[in-house]
Amino acid sequence: MSSDSSQSPPSPDRRWLIALAWAWVGVPLAYGLYELVRKATQLFTG
Amino acid sequence: MSPPVAPPGWSRWLVPPAALSVHLSIGQAYAWSVFKPPLESALGLSGTQSALPFQLGIVMLGLSAAFGGTLVERKGPRWAMTVALLCFSSGFLLSALGASLEQYWLIVLGYGFVGGIGLGIGYISPVSTLIKWFPDRPGMATGIAIMGFGGGALIASPWSAQMLESFGGDSTGIALAFLVHGLSYAVFMLLGVLLVRVPRHAAGARGTARQAPTGPQVSANQALRTPQFWLLWIVLCMNVTAGIGILEKAAPMITDFFADTSTPVSVTAAAGFVALLSAANMAGRIGWSSTSDLIGRKNIYRLYLGVGALMYTLIALFGDSSKPLFILCALVILSFYGGGFATVPAYLRDLFGTYQVGAIHGRLLTAWSTAGVLGPLIVNWIADRQEEAGRHGASLYGLSFAIMIGLLVVGFVANELVRPVDPRHHVPAPKEAAHVERQQSESA
Repeated sequence: MSSDSSQSPPSPDRRWLIALAWAWVGVPLAYGLYELVRKATQLFTG
Repeated sequence: MSPPVAPPGWSRWLVPPAALSVHLSIGQAYAWSVFKPPLESALGLSGTQSALPFQLGIVMLGLSAAFGGTLVERKGPRWAMTVALLCFSSGFLLSALGASLEQYWLIVLGYGFVGGIGLGIGYISPVSTLIKWFPDRPGMATGIAIMGFGGGALIASPWSAQMLESFGGDSTGIALAFLVHGLSYAVFMLLGVLLVRVPRHAAGARGTARQAPTGPQVSANQALRTPQFWLLWIVLCMNVTAGIGILEKAAPMITDFFADTSTPVSVTAAAGFVALLSAANMAGRIGWSSTSDLIGRKNIYRLYLGVGALMYTLIALFGDSSKPLFILCALVILSFYGGGFATVPAYLRDLFGTYQVGAIHGRLLTAWSTAGVLGPLIVNWIADRQEEAGRHGASLYGLSFAIMIGLLVVGFVANELVRPVDPRHHVPAPKEAAHVERQQSESA
């Protein structure tokens, strides 16, 4: 599957940008999920 | 501000994080309850009063998505994300001012009215763009973004609670927390504003960059005149109502169901159950929406509504005799609730095309606002009446569940009635439009 609008793969610079952009949203989301799992385990331990 | 067009080599995988940066931020709205107790004690408010900013915010979400959709289509996603950033962030800043001056009306105006506009415009801002970038996987693409709205509360809830603990629960501490929220969300959402791009040609990715959009194209105004729009409105409204029916009273419900058994559920365990439901809601958004790309939109809604009704029936009949069964059925229902939200933009794309899908989606969200009132009203009102009648435990919810099953059946029938849109509603293709115009000028 092509991944961009110009039918050519993203340049190495853009790969860094993609990684950075996903980390920007991924890190806070991972924190939220961690807190969620911590709370959800209370159903079985609480 | 003109829509930002992607330069050559721009990856479409930069668009989902742009969308997520907005949805993860505005999803904070569902964590408003963290601010309620400190606001009540610092400003001497009742529970009803402290809920006002959130309620007004949700009303403004529906209104701004419904009425701002066409403008979002015309001005593009960067404009929409900028408006969302400014409104959502300044809503917090106004609230900070309100808390420091102990003027509660400023918090209602800031968070509820101004911030609520940011919620609505932000919610629909990336939808149309994502669908254009991912014509091969529209369900997955919108599922990622709309999953973010669910994820926003997961982040904000512990984050806001920790902040209030550090700054203190008095008016100064609350003001400081609002200020930090406003500034942090502005920086976080900026990624979306900077990264979002529309494909060079509307058909977008996957080697179709030079082709015009294909399939039916229907304008937002014309969509309102089709039965398909209103059938989908019913489908969404029924699905959301059924989900809210559980979500609204999840903690007291599980406690009531097993109160008279040998394994009663503690308050802490009930909180864990609510968290688990949030996880199912989020997983359903990305999981079921992506599945719809494989099995089709109509089939996935058959699953949401048909199996959803079956799950409610199982809870009503056997829920109080088996805790795992109760939990499993509730999780499935909540995953369908999330899936219903996330799949609907792709369903709209299938029926009405990409032409003004964001605006049509915005108008369809009035079904959400309606369900937001309907779901809690049914469950709470009936539970209260049953309690007054001296009932307790699982029997408090029997009638509510029967109503939910009925609503899901109505939604199922509405989904079965959905057919492709009549071509008379389609926007003429450029060549065809020129031909029609020529004919009209000749006959004039």
